[in-house]
Amino acid sequence: MSAPAMGTSRPAVADGALGRKRGPGALAAAYLVLYNVVMTAGWLVIAVGLVRAYLARGSYHGLYYSIEKPLKFFQTGALLEVRGIVPSSVVLTGFQVMSRVFLTWAVTHSVREVQSEDSVLLFVVAWTITEIIRYSFYTFSLLNHLPYLIKWARYTFFIVLYPMGVTGELLTIYAALPYVQKTGLYSITLPNKYNFSFDYHTFLILSMASYIPLFPQLYFHMFRQRKKVLGHVEDYSKVE
Amino acid sequence: MKHYEVEILDAKTKDKLCFLDKVEPNATIGEIKSMFHKSHPQWYPARQSIRLDPKGKSLKDEDVLQHLPVGTTATFYFRDLGAQISWVTVFLTEYAGPLLIYLLFYFRVPFIYAPKYDFTASKHWVVHLACMCHSFHYVKRLLETLFVHRFSHGTMPLRNIFKNCTYYWGFAAWMAYYINHPLYTPPTYGEQQVRAALIIFLFCQIGNFSIHITLRNLRPPGSKTRKIPYPTKNPFTWIFLLVSCPNYTYELGSWLGFTLMTQCLPVAFFTLVGFIQMTVWAKGKHRSYLKEFRDYPPLRSPILPFIL
Repeated sequence: MSAPAMGTSRPAVADGALGRKRGPGALAAAYLVLYNVVMTAGWLVIAVGLVRAYLARGSYHGLYYSIEKPLKFFQTGALLEVRGIVPSSVVLTGFQVMSRVFLTWAVTHSVREVQSEDSVLLFVVAWTITEIIRYSFYTFSLLNHLPYLIKWARYTFFIVLYPMGVTGELLTIYAALPYVQKTGLYSITLPNKYNFSFDYHTFLILSMASYIPLFPQLYFHMFRQRKKVLGHVEDYSKVE
Repeated sequence: MKHYEVEILDAKTKDKLCFLDKVEPNATIGEIKSMFHKSHPQWYPARQSIRLDPKGKSLKDEDVLQHLPVGTTATFYFRDLGAQISWVTVFLTEYAGPLLIYLLFYFRVPFIYAPKYDFTASKHWVVHLACMCHSFHYVKRLLETLFVHRFSHGTMPLRNIFKNCTYYWGFAAWMAYYINHPLYTPPTYGEQQVRAALIIFLFCQIGNFSIHITLRNLRPPGSKTRKIPYPTKNPFTWIFLLVSCPNYTYELGSWLGFTLMTQCLPVAFFTLVGFIQMTVWAKGKHRSYLKEFRDYPPLRSPILPFIL
């Protein structure tokens, strides 16, 4: 089938919350600022929740439970970004949000046994720091008052946070495998009257395998974006 | 007779790629492409895009030099379309795959199902019927590609063949796996359901073929003309009164019939995905018809009468 060509590569981090470049009108602009402020606040709540729970318990074990509800709420809320505010990056935005929502609901929520795993904490911390920086980046950009520190943080922190998050995600899926196989979670076997089968265990393994081609592409794309956005720093030093 | 000079620049770098002097005023873009090919043998005419403006639309092969808005020294911009492959080759490969792949599952060749089922036959007669219908459908497509269709473009980008074959071959394998599975469950309403499904399938196969023949007859051999299709004496073409692309309508109908016949969810998915893609194509075609022809019949919808 001759489908239209896919869009060119976009920044790995979703641009859905930034809005159309040409200025969508005062009401829409206000809505976007509000959305990004709310999301920044939400992820700050999660961050604070993690810190407080850690201090209260004295260990980082099982911190997932202390932020389970806001995590589900705000991560799922990001689906609003896929509305096509920036039509050209809907595909990449959509993919990123869907994979996060998948990890949150179809893996962590669905397989109770992995919720106490340390790997969950690993990706929750990575997502939390990333999203706080990202949404405040959008907020300040929309208000035309972007501190360089935020811009720098957005294009630098990913260097550590991205691999950290990916590691947490992969380890969590891996931990879920034996339970999914044992219980046949989300799986359908033959025979049935719709002549269809689905093995969630195999599906999870294939999802893990998909990280191999996808992660390096996205990671190096971010590096290229970093060079483009922060590149002028080198020019200043040359002038001196 | 005044001769033209033609220079061809790279659309991106603006480098001078080729200079042709003493070009006839009535030379076509196609002929210029052949001349350009001589000096740059790696760019055969099918992969050349020649335009008046670096970011503009491609000129057609039939365009004549002296009718273009250029001076006696004409400047054209060239873009490489990448490796090309002929439509006929793509279609034949796309369709031969499902035909053969389905049969591999039907005959239960080893390594698909458990070894005790190797080379056994299904005990459900609907499975045999489904194989005949599926095979008939793809044989029909192959024959139409060879003898019926008249293509307006000779080629498409090479990467399309990988995309297209993945789609057709992948879905064929997925459907065939379940239909020919030893644990296949026949349709809930038995013979009634299968009979109704077969009638729908055959009706739509004949319909689809009728449309292909009608469209072919609109276009004389070797030409690329476009005309409005109208209903003919063949009742299967009367749907042209209500629809711009009835070939897609009938194709949808065929696959709905096949879904009903096999009662297989993967077949339903394939039908749905195909329907979405055909709707996109039908809307595009409908829009081009409206743009090109002032007197285009207003009652027609792109693919589904009155609905879509």
